[in-house]
Amino acid sequence: MNGEHIDNTLNHLFRQESGKMVAVLIKIFGTENIELAEDVVQDALVRALETWKFKGIPDNPRAWLYRTAKNRAIDIVRRNKHSRLIDFSDPQKQLLTSSYTLETTMNDYWKEDHIKDDFLGMMYACCHPDISQENQITFILKSLCGFSTKEVAKSFLTSEDTISKRLYRTKEYFRKNKIRPIIPLPNQIASRTGTVLSAIYLMFNEGYNSTHVDQLIRKDLIRQAMLLCRSLLSEKRTQLPEVFALMALMCFHAARADSRLSDHGELILLSNQDRTKWNTALIQSGEQYLNNAAYGETLTNYHLEAAIAFQHCKAKSYLETDWQEILKYYDALLNIAYDPIVFLNRCLVILELDGPKDALNILELVKGNKLLEKYYVYHATLGEIYERLEEYVKAVSCFKRAMELTQSKKEKQFLKDKIAKVPG
Amino acid sequence: MKEFMFLFRGGDDIWNTKSPEEQQEHMQHWQQWIGEIAQKGKFVSGERLRSHGSTWIDGGAKIIDRPFTEGKELVGGYLRVKADSVEEAKEMAKGCPDLQWDCSGVEVREIWPEG
Amino acid sequence: MKEFLLLIRGGHDDTGKRSPEEMQKHMEHWQQWMGNLAQQNLLVGGQPLMNEGKTLIERGEKVIDRPLAEGKELVGGYLLIRSNSLEEATNISKDCPGFEYGCTVEVREISPM
Repeated sequence: MNGEHIDNTLNHLFRQESGKMVAVLIKIFGTENIELAEDVVQDALVRALETWKFKGIPDNPRAWLYRTAKNRAIDIVRRNKHSRLIDFSDPQKQLLTSSYTLETTMNDYWKEDHIKDDFLGMMYACCHPDISQENQITFILKSLCGFSTKEVAKSFLTSEDTISKRLYRTKEYFRKNKIRPIIPLPNQIASRTGTVLSAIYLMFNEGYNSTHVDQLIRKDLIRQAMLLCRSLLSEKRTQLPEVFALMALMCFHAARADSRLSDHGELILLSNQDRTKWNTALIQSGEQYLNNAAYGETLTNYHLEAAIAFQHCKAKSYLETDWQEILKYYDALLNIAYDPIVFLNRCLVILELDGPKDALNILELVKGNKLLEKYYVYHATLGEIYERLEEYVKAVSCFKRAMELTQSKKEKQFLKDKIAKVPG
Repeated sequence: MKEFMFLFRGGDDIWNTKSPEEQQEHMQHWQQWIGEIAQKGKFVSGERLRSHGSTWIDGGAKIIDRPFTEGKELVGGYLRVKADSVEEAKEMAKGCPDLQWDCSGVEVREIWPEG
Repeated sequence: MKEFLLLIRGGHDDTGKRSPEEMQKHMEHWQQWMGNLAQQNLLVGGQPLMNEGKTLIERGEKVIDRPLAEGKELVGGYLLIRSNSLEEATNISKDCPGFEYGCTVEVREISPM
């Protein structure tokens, strides 16, 4: 059996399934035993690797993994039924302590619809409003997406030590507050889902926007964020319009992800992207999700951002972009909540529609905004405007300021190239 | 509240005559029955026993390679429950799935009060 | 490690003939033996049962006012212990103080499932 083939199958399977297995095991062992749950899943992976190398990949590798994890869980429960490690006081869990009921009860825990609920429940638990967003995503990546601590550290461009500390804090929070992984009640579902969606979107952007992390991790982050969102859509209770909207938005972005970088890893602006490289299948699914998002009264940022992204996807060329339509969506976005970054993006639309003079006038309105002053895109935009106004000295100094502010090597290179092309 | 022990007698012989499907269904009945007791907060513990065993007889002087009582009187397992009276315990025991299979009996015994 | 149930049977017939001192000593033996097992982390639990009882028979439709098996077959108590094998568990139960009163001790492994 081909070792690489096994590695790939397992890797893929692990990203898809490890979170679900961890969720079920946390349901069984309790949130105070998260490490134990993770160990069991890790153990199943190692066993799969060892066994499949000799015997080949089984017909149903997923079922194989689940069965291995379940058997290990039975083993642990049996060994610890008199210890204090696991809290068996819940009536259903009491049945795990008797040989009359251990197997049937354990099988119940691993039924498909229960697995789905537990996984979603864990997502809500991870995205508890009391946990910082950084910690939420760290924990989701580690426990629900099967990332190693090293991979999480790479995603955040930070040390493994920092990640371990974040994980520890979240686990402590679960332990102390006895957080139970459950899907929230109907009266809380909208607000709690909001927190989950921002975590998913942040995770997605970590993969989509950051030009610093390596390609594999980026793709993984994008894929996992979409997988999490899709699992919310697999359950009636969490099929909210905003979930469809975020899913649509991510499809439109992901469809264009590959054309954003050149073969040498340089950033390519939207105006210069090869549109034949865009993933039409993803754009089509995005369109469907966007249609589904239109039910009900809810209009969220995700709806509007998806609508904007869809306009870009629809345009056959940069010149054919319907900037007028896009401007409307930006106005609506600012109407929901004022955000200087959205304002800046709207300014870029004005630049296309009405030219650099109007764009500059509008930017005057946010001059001195503390957030924008530190945001490299603001200075890059100003540079662009000055360049078009043929005020080359100002343009260069703006691009230089932008270079100082970005951490990304790719962005720095991009700006350097810009400066080199400025006449004079 | 008192504690009682149910001793299940003679179910093993019947178990061996059943198909795997029937056995599986039977175990689901056990889960339902014990589950109801647990829901009421009256389950303490309980285990099923393997049918083989060994027994010290003659005051510990001799050992035989089988359970002391076998066949219809073989103890197949036990359940410890909480109940206010032997009457309540007896009612609880009526739901035992072994009785549906016509085992030889379910003994209901009060556990010696502690202390 | 596996778990084993010790069923302690019979041996109640001659309790009446023993002096209070003998009874006291017997109870101390139990305490020592079980304490010893507990110290080795081999003891899970155990309780004596009262002699009276009821038995449901005939699919639970009939109840008799006594334990099913009586006399030397009457289950008088149980112990749940940890051990690696039936042999080892049998060996552990060799020193059961119940033998002082002519009990029999049946050693049964808890079904893994």
